Amino acid sequence: MKTESSFLDNLPKVYGIYTGGFIAFVILMAILEQMGVSAATIGILFVAFTIVIYATIGWLSRTMEVGAYYVAGRSVPALYNGMATAADWMSGASFVALAGGIYFGGYGYLAFVVGWTGGYVLVNSLMAPYLRKFGCYTVPDFIGTRYGGNLARFCAVVILVVASFTYVTAQINASGTIAARALQIPFSYGVWFGLAGILLCSMLGGMRAVTWTQVAQYIVLIIAYLVPVIWMSNKQGFGLIPHFSYGDAVARIQELEPLLGLGTAAMESAPFGGVKILTTPHNAPGGPGASWQFITLAICMMAGTASLPHILMRYFTTPSVRDARRSVAFSLLFIFLLYFTAPALATLTKLQLLDPNLATSIIGKPFADVMALDWVQNWSSVKMLWLSDSNGDGILQLNEFFMRSGIVVLATPEIAGLPYVISGLVAAGGMAAAMSTADGLLLAIANALSHDLYYKIIDPAADTKKRLLVARALLIIIGAGAAMIATLQLTTILGAVAWAFCFAASGLFFPLVLGVWWKRANRAGAIAGMVIGFAAGTYYLVHVKFLGGEPWMDLNHLRFAIIGMPASLIAMIVVSLATPEPDAEMQAMVDELRVPSGKAILSEEH
Amino acid sequence: MSDSNSENRERHWEKTRSLTILVLVIWAIFAFVIPAYAKELNEMSFIGFPLGYYFCVQGSLAAFVVLIFFQNYRQDAIDDEFGLSE
Repeated sequence: MKTESSFLDNLPKVYGIYTGGFIAFVILMAILEQMGVSAATIGILFVAFTIVIYATIGWLSRTMEVGAYYVAGRSVPALYNGMATAADWMSGASFVALAGGIYFGGYGYLAFVVGWTGGYVLVNSLMAPYLRKFGCYTVPDFIGTRYGGNLARFCAVVILVVASFTYVTAQINASGTIAARALQIPFSYGVWFGLAGILLCSMLGGMRAVTWTQVAQYIVLIIAYLVPVIWMSNKQGFGLIPHFSYGDAVARIQELEPLLGLGTAAMESAPFGGVKILTTPHNAPGGPGASWQFITLAICMMAGTASLPHILMRYFTTPSVRDARRSVAFSLLFIFLLYFTAPALATLTKLQLLDPNLATSIIGKPFADVMALDWVQNWSSVKMLWLSDSNGDGILQLNEFFMRSGIVVLATPEIAGLPYVISGLVAAGGMAAAMSTADGLLLAIANALSHDLYYKIIDPAADTKKRLLVARALLIIIGAGAAMIATLQLTTILGAVAWAFCFAASGLFFPLVLGVWWKRANRAGAIAGMVIGFAAGTYYLVHVKFLGGEPWMDLNHLRFAIIGMPASLIAMIVVSLATPEPDAEMQAMVDELRVPSGKAILSEEH
Repeated sequence: MSDSNSENRERHWEKTRSLTILVLVIWAIFAFVIPAYAKELNEMSFIGFPLGYYFCVQGSLAAFVVLIFFQNYRQDAIDDEFGLSE
């Protein structure tokens, strides 16, 4: 206990030294590169060094206390919880695919950027402070206690598992991709390697270990994201901080797009999946239905943000309700740092590929010259890039250049001709992002199964040791299951991520919100809301995506929460009103959770 | 005592609710209204950016950050006013 409090007092020092140490490591790598150490070795050192650090933190944070395992002893200061949440939140998708998505998707894709930040306003105003006051360990813990009964708790567990599992396979996929590239091993080994790193961080210390590794991972990922952008911006003459000056680059791209024949369909298709040509203009809102598409996607992502248990549970770890709110604010501030950089990165990368005035450009250049470039060869060999001189004119056209969206982040340093040390840094950052999110998700699933399903429903007599043993065993089983599915590579990284948000929003958003904001909401209503919302959303997803059904109102499979959420809301209101109101005790509980003062509703050890 | 206590809590909740509604209205403007009119806003420019584009990549995001800090500042004041902070 004593070492715990001295650790908390020394947080700025501990993470200050850590950050300094990491920067020193990057400089050391740069020196090694100058001395002629190979790129492959530097890549391996980057990934291995950072994983060893996270695993060490995970080992130092090991615990046998329930409170520490589930909610980090409720002692995480707001600023650090903000960093941990930002790492928890920014997944491999945010890090690797966000800029790529903007690169390919233009205006339509920006709905993700707005949705994934705006969601925090919902978290802060509707959820986090009230759930913190409640004193729960997991999100189903809130549902189960607020509405009462094992059935409600069980429904919440099911939705949590489906949503988080969908998400975690994408994260393990991302960590596998990065590990495979950095360590030069096959993808399927990379996946298992990534999983081993993830489990090392979370298994021994639960939430406490995940918290302190996530803070460390945030520091790595934000440095890794900002450094290449700033460097590239300097090289291209957009100044030290490109964020406020890349407006000219946007204009230049818009000028180049018609000249380069943007929108011309490809004449061939790539021999492997995942790669595509650029067809969407960089900044062209206002097409038919564009606003509708933007708003519906943003709603799904925002409501999903406010319902995803691995995010909400981070706010259970603060010492007070006020700290929970403050840490939401810090979370978004730290997330904002990356999110307002991603569009700058996408724009500058696109410009340097497209603009014939820049030395790095490839479109419009002789095909043989482009094929001889190192980065083109490197990324082609791992099937993330495919070029073909379809029309045989010896010049590379826009519709002959196929790439995976993840390349925009991962290969940008090479495209811009930055030293390899930057690529190694980016790989470490991507790894940190994917690992930190996977950790949070795996823990959310394992905790819900061990606390809500095993302890609360199956064996309420289990002692602490047995509970924590079950929690850890589940962590390994779920992680292994997710890794197995990840090796199948069923969908692109981002598709699966959007589904996770839609699952959570369809099933959990209204039962959570109305649990706080509508006293009349009762058990039957909540169960109806969860079951019908989740079922309606899932039905629509299957209908559109797998059965080839006609989309309704142009809602594609990324937006199925637009069907699930209203179904959930209506079912919950109708059924609540048709059944007796909650008893006085439950209504008093709702009154109590609305004020910050007083004791938490659930006791410290429950 | 119990009556004035519950009245106090009721007023606290009323103010909390009004603040939340205000925050959500501002949120909806930046999240939905502005991006939906991005094409029209792009006619104007701001520090070299088309304005609609600027809001989608930075302006709205920054507004959300400020909005949360603002809400917390106000909510702390409300909690203190009714003696209900921790």
